[in-house]
Amino acid sequence: MVWSEIECAPREKIEALQLRRLQKVVERAYRQIPFYRRAFQRAGIVPQDIQSLEDLALLPFTRKSDFCDNYPFGLLAVSLEEVVRVHASSGTTGKPTVVAYTARDIETWAEVMARTLNCGEVTRRDIVHNAYGYGLFTGGLGVHYGAERIGATVVPVSGGNTQRQIMLLQDFRATVLCCTPSYALYLAEVAQEMGVNPAGLDLRVGFLGAEPWSENMRREIEERWQIKALDIYGLSEIIGPGVSSECLAQEGLHIFEDHFLPEIVDPDTGERLPYGEYGELVITTLTKEALPVIRYRTGDITKLTIEPCACGRTMVRMAKVSGRTDDMLIVRGVNVFPSQVETVLLQVEGVQPHYVIIVDRERGAMDTLEVWVEVSEEIFTDELGQLADLQRRAEHALREGLGVSARVKLVEPHSIERSMGKAKRVIDRRDVYGKGEA
Amino acid sequence: MRVKQLSAFLENRPGRLLYLLNILAEAGINLIAHNIVDASDFGIVHLLVDEPEKALQVIRDAGLVCSLTEVLQVAIPDEPGAFVKRVLEPLAKAGVNIEYSYAYSAPSSKEARIVLKVDDLELGERTLQGALGGDAIEG
Repeated sequence: MVWSEIECAPREKIEALQLRRLQKVVERAYRQIPFYRRAFQRAGIVPQDIQSLEDLALLPFTRKSDFCDNYPFGLLAVSLEEVVRVHASSGTTGKPTVVAYTARDIETWAEVMARTLNCGEVTRRDIVHNAYGYGLFTGGLGVHYGAERIGATVVPVSGGNTQRQIMLLQDFRATVLCCTPSYALYLAEVAQEMGVNPAGLDLRVGFLGAEPWSENMRREIEERWQIKALDIYGLSEIIGPGVSSECLAQEGLHIFEDHFLPEIVDPDTGERLPYGEYGELVITTLTKEALPVIRYRTGDITKLTIEPCACGRTMVRMAKVSGRTDDMLIVRGVNVFPSQVETVLLQVEGVQPHYVIIVDRERGAMDTLEVWVEVSEEIFTDELGQLADLQRRAEHALREGLGVSARVKLVEPHSIERSMGKAKRVIDRRDVYGKGEA
Repeated sequence: MRVKQLSAFLENRPGRLLYLLNILAEAGINLIAHNIVDASDFGIVHLLVDEPEKALQVIRDAGLVCSLTEVLQVAIPDEPGAFVKRVLEPLAKAGVNIEYSYAYSAPSSKEARIVLKVDDLELGERTLQGALGGDAIEG
């Protein structure tokens, strides 16, 4: 049983609906949002030029930087009176990426999240342990509203306090786990330390997302918890979680394409690529009221397939995300850009620092983020306390600026590797995209 | 009384102090005293040497971060209470704060030498000159 009939509708029906909605959203964006009107005019396009789904390729792209340039509310198509909620995620520099929702957008979000949970056959009899963070991050509230829409019992536990989470999982006998894949492994580790066998709990399915993860990691999570671990995908610029989800067949993520129109483009040329080819995922929102987004460059590398799925859904499927087009890192579910780190360090030290970001994931532990900063003549002092204080201030500023804690390590000059005179900014020791898999 | 002390930044791992002191040894610079303070990842090594300017240059040339700081160096009798009476009490009375300090003495000598980094160099120097008189050594 699927949640909405449209999920299994014939392609022609889905595509006819998409075209109607696309024409409407393009018209609204052009009329209501000066940013889009200017962009369309530069491209020599008027809304009436969109006569088929193919014509989507005529439209200009939207990028993350456009959110920064129009911070905070410049991309809204409605007045703030109609906005009932905002969320935010990392920006590439100091300011966050702000997104907004009308009451109907919240309804749409609950609908696509209900579909997501329904992909794992969650019903009103289920108890959903929701360990995604509640707050500006879209994860917690996104899952929450979807689970309530289904009528399941939500445990809005949010992040942190892991031992207590194990106790609640045991006592409430949750059947559904919602968290990042790395937290799922960490939870299992903590359970075992507490003498609790994760496989002995009542959980049967997990909806894991907000960060990339490999098939190896999936196998480990499924093994340790004895659950079906489903990959879910979303991004706040589009709506949050609920853009696509795996079903129990685990053969790709169904994109809820009556709301989100996907394309794959060549990341370098922007040319559209056919089904089956890997490239950058681009999404146009078809129903968003507050923040319609035309051809958003997600930066995520994947491919699409239109082949029918064993589950009966006819909606296009995307492969598990296999990489990024940019240098964005995802650490404990939080997007981190090296440029943000640089901005923060510059503010703390007042000098252009030489730094390297090291991300690691010990087995069964959460991701660690370390920022190594070379000590220069400018910041060096003969007093240990002052350097230790600088270290603490940098750690504090990074936590504030990135939304995730980072350890700052002061290192000797020239100890950070430079290739061709340019420092390598990121060392990611995790194998999040499963590149190390056979 | 004022002397120039070298301070160098080192990562807290095996071989780094060796690396630093080798630079000095190879340049023929004599080490008079040293002191290490450390946080978990890194440490600062304070050095008194016979040729501080030259030492600064060779350490920097070797790619380490290093600076020269003016500190006070005094000689006191190597006997109980001397440090307290001759140095600490006068400085406390004058309101001079000691940021760090270390001591050394030659085995043949009857006196101990104290190195002090203070927040107010002028006042610290005047205070100790008054308190120690002829015992204060010229750096």
